[in-house]
Amino acid sequence: MPKLTIDGVEVEVPAGLTILQACEAVGIEIPRFCFHERLSIAGNCRMCLVRMRGSPKPIASCAMPAADGMEIETATEAVHNDRRGVMEFLLINHPLDCPICDQGGECDLQDQAIFYGFDRGRYTEGKRAVEDKNLGPLVKTVMTRCIHCTRCIRFATEIAGVPQLGATGRGEHMEVGTYVEQALASEMSGNLIDLCPVGALTSKPYAFVARPWELTKTESIDVMDAVGSNIRIDARGNEVLRILPRLNESVNEEWISDKTRFALDGLRRQRLDRPYVRENGKLRPVSWNEAFAAIARRLDGVAGERIAAIAGDLVDCEAMILLKDLMASLGSANLDCRQDGARLSPLPRVSYLFNTTIAGIEAADACLLIGTNPRWEAPIINARLRKRWRRGGFAVALIGETVDLTYRYETLGDDPRLLSAILGGEHPWAGVLAAAKRPMLILGQGALIRPDGEALLAVARAIAEATGMVAGIADGEEGWNGFNVLHTAAARVGGLDLGFVPGPGGRDTAAILDGAGAGDLDVVYLLGADEFDTSRLGSAFVIYQGHTGDAGARRADVILPGAAYTEKAATYVNTEGRVQQSLAATAPPGEAREDWRIVRALSAALGRTLPVDTAAAVRQRLIAANPLFADAGVVMSAPWAAFGRMAPIADTPLRSSIGNFYVTNPICRASPTMAECVAAFTTPPQKKTGTDG
Amino acid sequence: MLRDQDRIFTNVYGYDSPWLDGAQGRGDWDRTKDLVVRGRTWIVDEVRTSGLRGRGGAGFITGIKWSFMPQEVHPQRPHYLVINADEGEPGTCKDREILRHEPHKLIEGCLLAGVGMGAHTAYVYIRGEFFREAEALQRAIDEAYAAGLIGADACRSGWRFDIFIHRGAGAYICGEETALIESIEGKKGQPRLKPPFPANVGLFGCPTTVNNVETIAVVPTILRRGGEWFASLGRPKNAGTKLFNISGHVNNPCTVEEELGIPLKDLIERHAGGVRGGWNNLLAVIPGGSSVPLIPKSVCETVRMDFDSLQSAKTALGTAAVMVMDKSTDVVKAIARLAKFYKHESCGQCTPCREGTGWMWRMMERLVDGRARVEEIDVLKQVTQQVEGHTICALGDAAAWPIQGLINHFRPELERRIEERRRAAEREAA
Repeated sequence: MPKLTIDGVEVEVPAGLTILQACEAVGIEIPRFCFHERLSIAGNCRMCLVRMRGSPKPIASCAMPAADGMEIETATEAVHNDRRGVMEFLLINHPLDCPICDQGGECDLQDQAIFYGFDRGRYTEGKRAVEDKNLGPLVKTVMTRCIHCTRCIRFATEIAGVPQLGATGRGEHMEVGTYVEQALASEMSGNLIDLCPVGALTSKPYAFVARPWELTKTESIDVMDAVGSNIRIDARGNEVLRILPRLNESVNEEWISDKTRFALDGLRRQRLDRPYVRENGKLRPVSWNEAFAAIARRLDGVAGERIAAIAGDLVDCEAMILLKDLMASLGSANLDCRQDGARLSPLPRVSYLFNTTIAGIEAADACLLIGTNPRWEAPIINARLRKRWRRGGFAVALIGETVDLTYRYETLGDDPRLLSAILGGEHPWAGVLAAAKRPMLILGQGALIRPDGEALLAVARAIAEATGMVAGIADGEEGWNGFNVLHTAAARVGGLDLGFVPGPGGRDTAAILDGAGAGDLDVVYLLGADEFDTSRLGSAFVIYQGHTGDAGARRADVILPGAAYTEKAATYVNTEGRVQQSLAATAPPGEAREDWRIVRALSAALGRTLPVDTAAAVRQRLIAANPLFADAGVVMSAPWAAFGRMAPIADTPLRSSIGNFYVTNPICRASPTMAECVAAFTTPPQKKTGTDG
Repeated sequence: MLRDQDRIFTNVYGYDSPWLDGAQGRGDWDRTKDLVVRGRTWIVDEVRTSGLRGRGGAGFITGIKWSFMPQEVHPQRPHYLVINADEGEPGTCKDREILRHEPHKLIEGCLLAGVGMGAHTAYVYIRGEFFREAEALQRAIDEAYAAGLIGADACRSGWRFDIFIHRGAGAYICGEETALIESIEGKKGQPRLKPPFPANVGLFGCPTTVNNVETIAVVPTILRRGGEWFASLGRPKNAGTKLFNISGHVNNPCTVEEELGIPLKDLIERHAGGVRGGWNNLLAVIPGGSSVPLIPKSVCETVRMDFDSLQSAKTALGTAAVMVMDKSTDVVKAIARLAKFYKHESCGQCTPCREGTGWMWRMMERLVDGRARVEEIDVLKQVTQQVEGHTICALGDAAAWPIQGLINHFRPELERRIEERRRAAEREAA
């Protein structure tokens, strides 16, 4: 614990801290542009200069480790002059275009210039201009504004794992770019916008849209994947204009994926803003009462076993629990939240959670990926895996499709029977896992949606038990659980926690679709469920409750317009089992309503009024259904138990469940930005022919 | 005046063969094994006794620098010796004479310095433009390998020693020790932050010492003749001999080995044939390569050529490249040209140097023909001070000092040009 003096105050700070961090520990803020806690130290902006007794030159506090006996001065005239000099240099070639710069109002350079800038310029020579680079459809560049802090280069290389950015040229001709012009192929690239301290890298879709002081900021939760990234929704009026990450060390640190950040323009398109009823094959706009009446007419006299409900990927827990209650009162056990048919069951809870937790990845020392592409299924979790890998001593292997995960791993092949070999100890990776102190495995949905998913779940459990991944079993370390299921749907864990699965004798998704196709079901209630072949619903009467006109709405006989995730205060459970609450940033459009209110109103129209009238009462109902919902924000570790069923494993190759990262749900399918990303990043380049130029 | 028997580089002009037979004839590789087996501590102590200071410009005491290397060699972290042969300082041409005419002095020095710091591998980073020099050194290295002087069992001492040549690509900044390390590692040549210093985390993350060619090339002679002998030459704290490069407006530009502390006037008059047009035609001298402040004739009269004397004259010995300017020189234009050089060679990593060098050059260009206001001279001086000492490496200082020297000694000239131009403009208006 080095003891040093900062501005005359003696402080003791933990070893390994830099002077800048030591100053922050005592409440002295040091200006900086290039320094960032999560990136390597570059020390190139020179804004953080401080003076040290005994050193003739000022020192860069971001790079100098705090040592015993140092005497640091941060507030003297000399220090102020040092910083003023640096600020002047930064500004001489920086354009005076703040009025047309999207960073205006949240620009580090602007802010620091208030403290360290001169009131007039002494630079009378010509200013530098730099050609803009095309980094693809997400990141807009105005490279003349660049102050060469290299945060973007370091982020791309270190965190995102795409070493495409770099500096070319020397001296004042140094330029940040990709050398050969190309779109920055990373699903984390939007974070460059947050990292850039000036307006050199800004958001392309958000260009010239709003000023930060015009926005209302709402802290909420993302639903684009099952990570539950903590986000801040910025809205003006009733329009969501941008989404930014919110710090949560346990979940997303301070990053979000591009889908989380940029799919928001999908919220403005294809929206279901009023109820519809299908008449003579065409949807007719109706009032809520007419829609409810149509449903009541159709349900009148229908036996419970001829009714079914499927919950989709983006729905909140409140809507699910009320729909479950409504189905129970209608006498139906046919309900399922696993529209992809994943072979997971609500008990035991440990069988469907990411038990290691996202932050826990950093303690692991070996990882087996099974039927998953974490880079597309959960970029934030992939970034954690990469973070752990970069520290070294982390062996990773993948059974599944060979893809670029941004870190090195061993490709074992895509034959699922390899799992049996690992379990039997014949495969070398059995030894790797057994030798590791804290091994982990990640089972993707690609393995669980197969017909033999239950057998794969069982063999994964057996591997976990055999290689010491579970505390108390086969030298498993105390408190460690390396068995992980990686979900892709934000609603899935919540649905399983609430038991939104077939009751005794009830039908699951496959049986519902079969039954509807065969005419054994009369009414199917789709709660935001779009990700299956709706033509299999046969002639059933389909009620679709959701926010975006997609596959489900196209097939629906009655459409009940619900709220998107930015428009409701709701509860979601992420893949770790972390209960998180979102807040409404805007109101749902038109006639659309929060989803639980729709189910509640429908129950009244059906004469089966559910006994909840307020949001608080719904929360109480959630807690009554599962006490876990009382503890928001934390992960309750689930006790180990037996699950899965050993059975023969087919030799079908393992594949990820996600075909295209940018289009996985109705919102991103409606998003023009995501469509541009598909064109830029995932569409194979077409060969030029004589006719297309 | 250096006596001939104390001369270290006896073939600096290449009159004799630079190859192994010639070198051995001049005393190189003579009983090197005996020196190697005396071991690390003895070598470092002897070099420290000699008072040898680094010949690359900064003048740090070599023996102390070597002693910064960890005493124990960690099995996973070998020690490296890196030779800085990226001689790019304008005016400097001493290392190239060693590389092409005395390569065996350097190779033998590498081996002995390697033993002195526990290194089994040396990298010689040669400036890209030194094509023939790299060829010559490679030939000498091949000879040394063939003769068993270096290699698996260097000089049959049991010490394994390898030397590799790495050719640069023409960037001045790669002569800065940490940028040089980056460049050897295959990265963009940009200086690293210190700490950590190379002696702890250097080449490939391992303990490394970077030394100038001349520093290493004098080591064998020091060890053979004893540190005391070397220390007896020159002046206190500025011991030994040094290669001086005298260029510019002298009758006989030359590279010459002399004792440190020789009066600048002696150096010019005796070795370089005097200033063109006589001593009184002298305007100013840049005494240590382009990056040090110039000194006017009045200072040149008495100043001695060593580290401390020049420092007290507000300049520096640098690489001991003496650039002489007679009264025909447009001194402002000369310094403007140097400013352009530093603008061109700034790596662009850190703010003050990246932005400041361009600013300083543009102001200098205007001052050449007086397109400025008198107050701007003060602005320029302030800008140099805003760069100096605020950068990661010393290039910022190197860019600032020549301009500071000019303003300190030739401010009346700058003001005269501004005034002249103003008057001319007034005449034209009238």
